[in-house]
Amino acid sequence: MMRTWHRPHYIIPQAKWRWLLWVCFILYLIVATASIDLHWSRVLEGFERGWRFVDAFLHPNFTTRWSDIQSGMIESLTMSLTSTFVGILLSIPVGIGAASNISTKSIYALCRFFISISRSMQEVIVAIFLVALFGFGTFAGFLTLTFATIGFLAKLLAEEIEGIHKAPLEAIRATGASWLQTLHYAIMPQVMPRLVGLWLYRLDINFRESAVIGIVGAGGIGATLNTAIERYEYDSAAAVLLLIIAIVFLCEYVSGYLRKWFI
Amino acid sequence: MRFKAWLWWFAWLFCISFFMMCWQMMTRDTMWVFIYDAPTQAYDLLNRMFPPRWSYLPTLLKPLWDTLNIATIGTLIGIILAFPIAFLAARTTTPSVLFVRPIALFIIVASRSINSLIWALLLVAILGPGLLAGIIAIAFRSIGFVAKLLYEAIEEVDQTPVEALSATGASTLQIIDYAIVPQILPSFIGISLFRWDINIRESTILGLVGAGGIGLELQASLSVLAWPQVILIVLVIFATVIFSEALSAKIRQAIL
Repeated sequence: MMRTWHRPHYIIPQAKWRWLLWVCFILYLIVATASIDLHWSRVLEGFERGWRFVDAFLHPNFTTRWSDIQSGMIESLTMSLTSTFVGILLSIPVGIGAASNISTKSIYALCRFFISISRSMQEVIVAIFLVALFGFGTFAGFLTLTFATIGFLAKLLAEEIEGIHKAPLEAIRATGASWLQTLHYAIMPQVMPRLVGLWLYRLDINFRESAVIGIVGAGGIGATLNTAIERYEYDSAAAVLLLIIAIVFLCEYVSGYLRKWFI
Repeated sequence: MRFKAWLWWFAWLFCISFFMMCWQMMTRDTMWVFIYDAPTQAYDLLNRMFPPRWSYLPTLLKPLWDTLNIATIGTLIGIILAFPIAFLAARTTTPSVLFVRPIALFIIVASRSINSLIWALLLVAILGPGLLAGIIAIAFRSIGFVAKLLYEAIEEVDQTPVEALSATGASTLQIIDYAIVPQILPSFIGISLFRWDINIRESTILGLVGAGGIGLELQASLSVLAWPQVILIVLVIFATVIFSEALSAKIRQAIL
């Protein structure tokens, strides 16, 4: 008798479990979609508006609200640059403290605690509180982005330091170098190239986030965008979105070049 | 050596003056009175926030369920749409490097550079407030992320099975099915789980612009300055994020 070859299933080889999972999955989908209350008339109306938005994307209007767009852009750009700069400076001590191979136990615990708080709090929620404390405007946004940047960069720096080659570290220590000298001669040369790339990446993230936290009142291009959409000025909104996309694209391009130049 | 030292000095000078310039431009409209006042405000706010209003917790369960659904269904739609786009964007599988690939790459960049909250803002204006806008916002944002990581994985696959299959006369779809998919499946599952985890986090705030879920309650509590409710919602969001992170780590460990 001839037997044909059947490809085995990759994830769950047993047919019984596979069927059970499918049934659970479909049950979940039915229950979950039941809670979406759809108003078809509203959606149909939406299609017409959606079409207007697509049309606006093809004819973006940069001129009518140019002064708003310009000041929003300048606020966003300066906010993301300053917060990245301060964030980098502050993330270095925190990151070094959070690296288990060169830090002491108590400082390690403290720094890790700070990092996990900073990473699990979302920018928008932090921005809501900081706007309540510091008032509307760019300063609250600057603090929000700095706070998020410290957690992000310190975690990656700590991981880089923990992953370095041990040999140079031991060699430099054996010469009787002080802690700062070890840092300078054994660790910095190993982590610097990767770090520069991560800093540029964070600048990119901060710019994108600055567009979001404006919605809750922390200044920047997000505020301009929010106003444009609330006034149903889709052509101005499309102009803002296209500018954001262009700047993110540029950022990615430039950071690729800079990284090549540094490494 | 002398020259290099000077170069570094100038680089630092440039950096710091550039920073000062940006700082000046940024704080042009800042009201410093509010900032000096912040410690008193912080003390005041903390007093108003604590204790959290625990009796509000049962009303949060339905919005929380909605939030989980937005994230899960949004991720599903996102990865279903991202899968073909990744194949169109990968250099090795795209039908046309000149025409199709740039379009796929543009879709990926556009989806990635616009945050899900902004997608939600647009979609609420178009579709009206509700879960649907949130689901589509999450899906749109996920496409770029999943497709980018996936097409990089596709470009890195081992080409030997591909060549072996094409030598047997297999069609393009058969090559993808038998040679490429088995190789990228583990990273595909990893990427999807990672995105689901991020989406849970992002869907908790989509309600701020009206796209349903627990963020809607947050917005409502914020607008009436009900700080004991706000802190409770933030705690619930915090717990959800930590739970989803632990769950996705567990699933990743079990499958991969």
